[in-house]
Amino acid sequence: MRKLEEKIFKGLMIGASAIIISILLYILYIIIRKGIPSLTLDMITKVPSGGYYLGKEGGILNAIVGSLLLITGAVLISISISLPVALYINFILHKNSRFSNIVRLSFDILYGIPSIVYGAFGFMLMVFLGLQASLLGGIIAVSFLIIPIMVRSIDEVAAYIPRDLIEAPQSLGATRYETLKVIVRQLMPGITTAVLLAVGRGIGDAATVLFTAGYTDSIPVSPGQPAATLPLAIFFQLGSPLEEVQNRAYAAALILTAIILLLSFSARYFSAKLSKSKI
Amino acid sequence: MIGAKHPPKNAMEYLMDSKETEKSNAVKTNLSVKDLNVYIQDKHILKNITLAIPEKSITCIIGPSGCGKTTLLRSFNRLHDDAADVRVTGNVVIDGEDIYGKGVEVTHIRKKMGLLAQRPTVLPMSIFENVAYGPRIYGVKKRRQLYEIVKNQLVSVGLWNEVNDRLKTPAIRLSIGQQQRLCLARGLAVEPEIILGDEATSALDPISTAKIEELFLQLKEKYGIVLVTHTLRQAKRIADYIAFMYLGELIEFGTADAILNHPQKQLTKDYLSGSFS
Ligand SMILES: Nc1ncnc2c1ncn2[C@@H]1O[C@H](COP(=O)(O)OP(=O)(O)O)[C@@H](O)[C@H]1O
Ligand SMILES: [Mg+2]
Repeated sequence: MRKLEEKIFKGLMIGASAIIISILLYILYIIIRKGIPSLTLDMITKVPSGGYYLGKEGGILNAIVGSLLLITGAVLISISISLPVALYINFILHKNSRFSNIVRLSFDILYGIPSIVYGAFGFMLMVFLGLQASLLGGIIAVSFLIIPIMVRSIDEVAAYIPRDLIEAPQSLGATRYETLKVIVRQLMPGITTAVLLAVGRGIGDAATVLFTAGYTDSIPVSPGQPAATLPLAIFFQLGSPLEEVQNRAYAAALILTAIILLLSFSARYFSAKLSKSKI
Repeated sequence: MIGAKHPPKNAMEYLMDSKETEKSNAVKTNLSVKDLNVYIQDKHILKNITLAIPEKSITCIIGPSGCGKTTLLRSFNRLHDDAADVRVTGNVVIDGEDIYGKGVEVTHIRKKMGLLAQRPTVLPMSIFENVAYGPRIYGVKKRRQLYEIVKNQLVSVGLWNEVNDRLKTPAIRLSIGQQQRLCLARGLAVEPEIILGDEATSALDPISTAKIEELFLQLKEKYGIVLVTHTLRQAKRIADYIAFMYLGELIEFGTADAILNHPQKQLTKDYLSGSFS
């Protein structure tokens, strides 16, 4: 009886994994098959011409640059808020203090809010401040989206920092700030993971940037200008009645996937390097 | 004779008074504890501990598990500071300064003591940077000077020959025994006066344990060493003085010979004979 049960569960697990992997592979297959023919050098080196809805000429450099600027800005803002918050609730306050748990709960709730709500909220905020759809607006909205992701994932790894490690620098006479620096080093792999999760979520999200960042055919030169983004480039081009334009959406999806993979690998590489060097 | 006028009640009080100590040329001390009480969550954990740690010798703290050895050791270093539910009263005096006194800077206190934890806790950086960490935070910047310090301390813990070709590799790659010696070197690099160890060899294999014990025996030429020992055998091997604790109280303190061979208190006798542990 026990044997049978074990077999059933093993079967279920293998089945579930197989389904997930095949879906993943199928998605990759579709974007590669449809995207590769449209993936010309022009796609990644030129801005579009002929309008983004019907245009078959030019490329999506505007969206690539827009997305990269947007996610860079959002990650910089988010990490400088999330890291202090996570450190504060774990190492300045007692990690199980009442306040820490309230903060955790709040971020859990924020984590669950759909991205379109952040988009709408960001939009409202911008209307209130009299701002137009812009790179800056997009950065702020995406920051709202990814801060909870970062806080929670840094918080999770922070729980595994042993008390001895905190006390080692302290007993050498390190100040609280110096001790925190050591903790941050120990947290580096976790912080990297947090950033990667946030980048993956933030760079691919269309709903947050729809109203806040806008869309344009040109590359933004200041934070006050609208910025194109890859998810919206995919969204608009897919909505085109022309198959040629639709295929350009798959090429854009391929580029987006490639960017995320590239960022993951380089982040892991640098984080491994960083944890070897000095303070 | 000084003792004639005010006969000291016991060895500890005798040691407490540094003036008398100097005049009588008895054991010198640079760490002494007076009426130390520690409460954790309103539980009375350490009760009226009074103790003088002789310098340049090894003092072992023994006693059954849960009797307060770790708590005592941590109070020498003010490691209870950050715990909101711990209250400390009494005095711990180092070099004539009460470390729990007003306006005493905790980093300055901790610099005087090197602490070895139960499991080695290397910092997340290279072997070199682990030892250089202390000197760096105290402002040593010159590469040459740091290198000299690191080299000297690694030599003094017998690690230099084992690691000098890979100073830049992460310290975590060392074996556990090597890590513990690295932690010792790291502590020595801030030029402490006292070395504290809390069951510092309990996670180590016998060979690494023997190496660490041997180091302690060398280091006591220069430092006062206080060790919480998890085995009586270790205390017998290396202790010059022994403090026996039971249920938060210091039951007996004296030279290793006095405690091991001529214990005065019944509790000590029972503990040594293995009636309880
Ligand atoms: N953080 C703490 N919270 C509650 N009780 C504690 C804490 N730390 C130590 N104690 C209690 O204090 C007593 C002494 O502990 P400890 O100093 O660790 O003993 P030892 O090192 O001799 O085994 C034990 O009864 C332990 O339960
Ligand atoms: Mg203990």
